[in-house]
Amino acid sequence: MLGLGKKDIALFMIVALLTLLAPFILNPFPEGSELAQFNAGYPDLMQRFVIFGIFAIGFNILFGLTGYLSFGHAAFLGVGSYAAIWMMKLLTMNVIPAIIMAVIVAGLFSVLVGYISLRRSGIYFAILTLAFAQMSYALAYSVLTPITGGETGLQPKVSDPRLFDGALAEGATPQANLFGLDMGASYEMAVGNWLFTFNAGYYVAAAVMLASFYVAIRIFRSPFGIMLRAVKSNQQRMNYTGLNSKPYTLAAFVISGMYAGLAGGLMVAMDTQVGPERMFWTASGEVVLMTILGGAGTLIGPVLGAGMIKYMENIVSKINSDILHTWFAFLPDGLEDVLVAMVYPFVGKGWHLTLGIVFMLVVIFLPGGLVEGGQRIMNLFRRKKRAGDDSTPAPKSHPAE
Amino acid sequence: MSILEIKGVSKRFGGLKALDDVNISVAENAVHAIIGPNGAGKSTLLNCLVGKLIPDTGSVTFQGQSLLGIKPHQINQMGVSRVFQTPEIFGDLSVWENVLIPLFARRDGAFRMHAFETIANEADICDKAEQMLIDVNMQDKMHMHAASLSRGDKRRLEMAMCLSQEPKLLLLDEPTAGMARADTNNTIDLLKEIQASRNITMAIIEHDMHVVFSLAERVTVMAQGTPLVEDTPDNIKGHPKVQEAYLGGH
Repeated sequence: MLGLGKKDIALFMIVALLTLLAPFILNPFPEGSELAQFNAGYPDLMQRFVIFGIFAIGFNILFGLTGYLSFGHAAFLGVGSYAAIWMMKLLTMNVIPAIIMAVIVAGLFSVLVGYISLRRSGIYFAILTLAFAQMSYALAYSVLTPITGGETGLQPKVSDPRLFDGALAEGATPQANLFGLDMGASYEMAVGNWLFTFNAGYYVAAAVMLASFYVAIRIFRSPFGIMLRAVKSNQQRMNYTGLNSKPYTLAAFVISGMYAGLAGGLMVAMDTQVGPERMFWTASGEVVLMTILGGAGTLIGPVLGAGMIKYMENIVSKINSDILHTWFAFLPDGLEDVLVAMVYPFVGKGWHLTLGIVFMLVVIFLPGGLVEGGQRIMNLFRRKKRAGDDSTPAPKSHPAE
Repeated sequence: MSILEIKGVSKRFGGLKALDDVNISVAENAVHAIIGPNGAGKSTLLNCLVGKLIPDTGSVTFQGQSLLGIKPHQINQMGVSRVFQTPEIFGDLSVWENVLIPLFARRDGAFRMHAFETIANEADICDKAEQMLIDVNMQDKMHMHAASLSRGDKRRLEMAMCLSQEPKLLLLDEPTAGMARADTNNTIDLLKEIQASRNITMAIIEHDMHVVFSLAERVTVMAQGTPLVEDTPDNIKGHPKVQEAYLGGH
C-alpha cells in the first residue's frame, strides 16, 4: 500500500495515530493536579514537537544515511522562515504560499551551501556548514537588516501590501490562516477535570509532518536510499562501482535543507514572528542532538529525539524550587531541603544539565539512541516469551513411530 | 587483439621513479599477471589504470579509449572493475544490498534520483542479484550484514559485486593476500570458473606464485618500476633475469 512494506505501514499508522491523538496522550493529568505541569498537550508545545520532528527527519536523511554531519542546518530553517514571512507580507496570510516559498528558497540556499561544503568531508565539512550558518546569522543581524529586520526581526503588519488579501482595519492583527481557517483557532473539550485542546495550527503542522515522514520512509527504502547508505559505508567502493558519490550527497543535503525550510515555514505559520536567533549555531546543534538522541539512521528516532528535547525544554525547565518543595513536602523539613537542593540544579534553568546527562548516557550505553533502547526492551520480552514457550512441552505433531 | 594498452608510462613521486617507461599489452579474454618484488611499481601501475593516479608520461588506452584524466567511476562505467587487496565492500549494508548497488550502477549510470522507487518493483535487478549470489554460492547469506562475513566470503562478495556489472576487464590487486591456503585455492577455483564461464579479461597483480602459475596465460615481471620480461608462465619460471630479480629470492 502506498509503496510501503507491511512494517513501514504499521510504523506509519502508529505515528499517525499518536500524532492525531496527541492532545489526549500529552495531557494525561487532570487540570489543577500537582502533576498537571507535566502535561504537554497545549498547542504551542505540540506544534514545536511536530515542527522540530520535521526538521530532525530531514536532518536524518543527510546525517543518518550519508554520515555527513552538518552543523549549520539552522541556516536553512532561518532562511525558510524569512521567505515565509515575506510571502505573508507581500502576498497573503494564507500559509500555503509561505510554506512553499520557504521550501524553495531553503532548497536553493542549500544547493549553494552544499555545493561548496561537500567539497570536503568529516570535520572540515562540519566546520564549513557551521561557518555558513554563522555567516547567515551575522548577515541577518547586520547588513541584511532591510530584509531580515535585524535584531527585532520581522512580523506581518497591517500596512504590508499583501496583494491577494483585502485591506485590514487599522489596529487589527494579521492572522496566519489556511484558506480562512485561523492557525490560532482552538477547540477545547472538557472531560471531567481534564481539558483537551484541539488546535488548527497543530493539525496543519501534524499533517505536513506525516507527509514528510511518509516521504522519508520512501526515500529510506528506495534504491536512492541504499545509495546514500553506501556513501556512508564505503565511498571508495562506491566510486569504483561506477557511482559518483557527489551528486548523491548533494541531493541528500538539498533534501534535508528543504525539510529544514519546511520546518522554518511552518514555524512562521504558527507564530508570525521571525528573528535571526533561530539561525544561531545552538539551533544547529540542537537538531544534531535530537537525531543522535533518538537514533541516527532510524526512521522514527529523530522524531522521538525532537519530542524528548522539546519536552525537557518546555516542561522540565518550568520546575522551580517551590514545585520541588511541594513534591517533597511529605518528608521531614531537613531532608526535604536537602533533596530539593540536590534536585534543583537539574531542573528549571538547569534543564540543560539533565539533557546533557541523558545525552551522555544514551551515547555511551545506547549508541543507536532511544530506538535502540526500545529494541533492547522488545528483545528482552521476546526472549522471555521464547523461554516461556520452550518450557511448555511442544505438542506432538507426528505420531510416534 | 589487445583490450588494454599501456605505452611508455612513467610516474615519479618526488625523487623516486615508481614507474619507468612501462609498456604492457593485455590481450582480450586473457588472464595476464603482473608480478614483481615489493616496490616494483605494481600497485602504482594499477592506480594509473583506474584513474586514481595520472602518469607523468605515456598513455593508457582501454578498447582504444584513453583512460588518462578520467575519474574512477567513469572508468568503471566503461567496463573496468577492480578487486582490492583488502576486500572493499559496503560493510554496513546486507549482502543482498551489496549486490544490488553495482547492478543499479550498471543500469542507471553514475547518478539517478530514484527516491520514490521501491526495490521490490525492480524485478529484473532482483533476479540478477539473486542469480549472482547463487553463482558465487552465497545465496544463504544474502540477509547477513556484509561486515560480519569471513574474509573469504567478503572476497567472494566483492567478486560478485564486480561480476554483476559484467565487466570487460577485471583488475585484481593481490586477490589472495592474507588468505589461508584453503581460501586461496577456493579463490583460484572461483577465478577459473569466472574465466571459463564469462570470458572476462583479467589483469592480476599478485605476489603468490602458486596463484600466478595456476591462473595466468601471460606474465609480466616488473622490477624497480620497469617490466623485465613478459612471457608464458612456463617460460617465466626458468628465465634467468626473473630468477635474478624475483624468483631467486624465494
